[in-house]
Amino acid sequence: MKRRGLAAWGALLPLALIVLVGYVGTVLWTLRTSVSSSRTFPKDDFVGLQQFERLLDNERWQHAIHNLAVYGVLYIAAAMLIGFLLAVFIDQKVRGEGVLRTAFLYPYAMSFVATGLVWQWVLNPDSGLQNAMQQLGLTNFQFDWIVDQDMVIYTVVIAGTWQGAGLVMALMLAGLRGIDEEIWKAARLDGIPTWRVYLSVVLPMMGPTLATVFTLLATGVVKVFDTVVAMTQGGPGTASDVPAKFIMDHLFGRANLALASAGAVMLLITVLALVAPLAYARSRQKTQGGH
Amino acid sequence: MKFTRHALAVAAILAATVLPATAQTSAPLKAEVIHWWTSGGESAAAKTLAEAYKAQGGQWVDTAIALGEQARSVAINRIAGGNPPTAAQFNTTQQFRDIVEQGLLNNVDEVAKRDGWDKFLPETVLQAIRVNGRYYAAPVNIHNMSWFWFSKAAFKKAGIAEEPKSFDELFAVLDKLKAAGLVPLAHGGQPWQDGIVFTATLAHYGGRDLYLKVFRDRDTKAIMGEDFKKVLLAFKRLQSYTDKGSPGRNWNDATAMLISGRAGVQIMGDWAKGEFAQAKQEAGKDYGCSFGFGPNAPYIVQGDVMVFPKTSKPDQIKAQQLLASVITQPATQVAFSQKKGSIPIRTDVDASKLDICAQMGVAAMKDKARQLGNGEIYITPDQNGALQDVLTSYWNRNIPVEKVQKDIVSALRN
Repeated sequence: MKRRGLAAWGALLPLALIVLVGYVGTVLWTLRTSVSSSRTFPKDDFVGLQQFERLLDNERWQHAIHNLAVYGVLYIAAAMLIGFLLAVFIDQKVRGEGVLRTAFLYPYAMSFVATGLVWQWVLNPDSGLQNAMQQLGLTNFQFDWIVDQDMVIYTVVIAGTWQGAGLVMALMLAGLRGIDEEIWKAARLDGIPTWRVYLSVVLPMMGPTLATVFTLLATGVVKVFDTVVAMTQGGPGTASDVPAKFIMDHLFGRANLALASAGAVMLLITVLALVAPLAYARSRQKTQGGH
Repeated sequence: MKFTRHALAVAAILAATVLPATAQTSAPLKAEVIHWWTSGGESAAAKTLAEAYKAQGGQWVDTAIALGEQARSVAINRIAGGNPPTAAQFNTTQQFRDIVEQGLLNNVDEVAKRDGWDKFLPETVLQAIRVNGRYYAAPVNIHNMSWFWFSKAAFKKAGIAEEPKSFDELFAVLDKLKAAGLVPLAHGGQPWQDGIVFTATLAHYGGRDLYLKVFRDRDTKAIMGEDFKKVLLAFKRLQSYTDKGSPGRNWNDATAMLISGRAGVQIMGDWAKGEFAQAKQEAGKDYGCSFGFGPNAPYIVQGDVMVFPKTSKPDQIKAQQLLASVITQPATQVAFSQKKGSIPIRTDVDASKLDICAQMGVAAMKDKARQLGNGEIYITPDQNGALQDVLTSYWNRNIPVEKVQKDIVSALRN
């Protein structure tokens, strides 16, 4: 028994080391850098929360946070809704299920960069959708959100949803298929309309699936970077800026390690604030289940 | 059996390549150089450096990394990690000031004194490479990042006979282009390009003194003043001449609009010449160029330098010094700039081989009073970034100009 424990620990050791050094270690290092005055190179001095003050005063950072919130709420809501509807649609035992499933999941196989570029071309008013529609005779057709200060962040939501909805569908479909057939039979006997069964019976039973999907999408939101860079480069101006892009800009181009680290710490706090309640709820569920 | 045959072949090839090298009396001085000259014209230019270095007893080991930012961070990481290249490219700015202050660069004082850099290098370049009286970089070329380019085809369509000779005439030309249904100002709406338009406006509309007050002195009074406000308003006015598809456009796509005659004017660095050349267009015939207006227009100086990371290996130090000397020689200078589209760092060269725009530049550089450093020569990358954020917001949004003035003061303060 003891030997087996040792072997298990031995097998886990490389992973544990990677986690400790690669993750926890770098997080601590970032924390340390965020309270220094580092520029191109890390410095050992201590300047308190000066970098955080500067960060919170920075309009571009405020705007990036605002964009992240808009993107986060809309993207998660849209991806979950569309993903769920697609899953329900396929769950009706439609013909050609395999083909449809692949088609819906396909965008997810594309990298964020490719997604961003494709949508940049589609939405470009000079050469994309707007131009095509106008040439078809719909001269009044206008769709220039991507060059519009106030609308550009929604185009990022569109691209993100297009990419993410397929994955949500796949996960939800697995969840739906896990629902016992007997429940459907019982509901049919009682003459309950199908939509009602989905809403009041099936959806609540899919709690764990929903939680997984939410966590996946939420972490995707916090790290959103490539789509924005490929699609708008944060523009027009800084209108579609996101925190990750702000951090990368300061880390490399602007040689300001300390401010970038402060930004990274702020993101980490956001993630913890999102994930901690979820983890807590789960752990409580487990202990209750154990009784 | 097969394996040994392979091994034999490999050994034979190795012998064939290694033997001649060792047979020479002295091994060539190997220099590994990190740079970001990766586009067609750029890599041809880098090759002229490599050949010049080889001709004088060196061996150039090429480490080309696309994108300046990427190349610089690789160089910095390798310097910090203790495995530095022999030389690394930076811009003629304060980008490498931190590395100097950390004591991670070798100086090239010996070469600078011997070759008399003080005598032929422009003051603005010296300002970037000389720290506390020591020389920490060898300048490669001078770029002016705010030229005005004119499409002759578009001017003809709009009935414009002459290229503008003042900023007011520029606005008149833009109005005519607009009336003719063309895109007056071809602009790529990316923050760095907005910054280029701002630099051009400040230097040529605001003038040399104001330019220095803002960038060099970071003078709050000047930035909050009326003259600077007018510059900002002129900058914003230029934005009204761009087309709807401008945001996010790449600079070369904007140049292509001039080439096709769809747009009339672009404000962009002299690297735009490469695009015209590729489209078989000629300066003075198909397109016009101007680095400013009037006989005393300032010439904005930026460019590339090579820095030499700290090493104590004697042959590496020798290689660094040879490289610094080769790069700055007149013949190398002309050959490089011919391919790169820049101008040489010294004016005592035969400029007749350069194109007419570059010749204008060389002539202007002879007058010291006209040289003006690019903003980044005076301010840190961080300040420059903050300034760019303010400018690009102003360019793209309706922000009261007074607020922009205040924002610029605080961007340059940190």
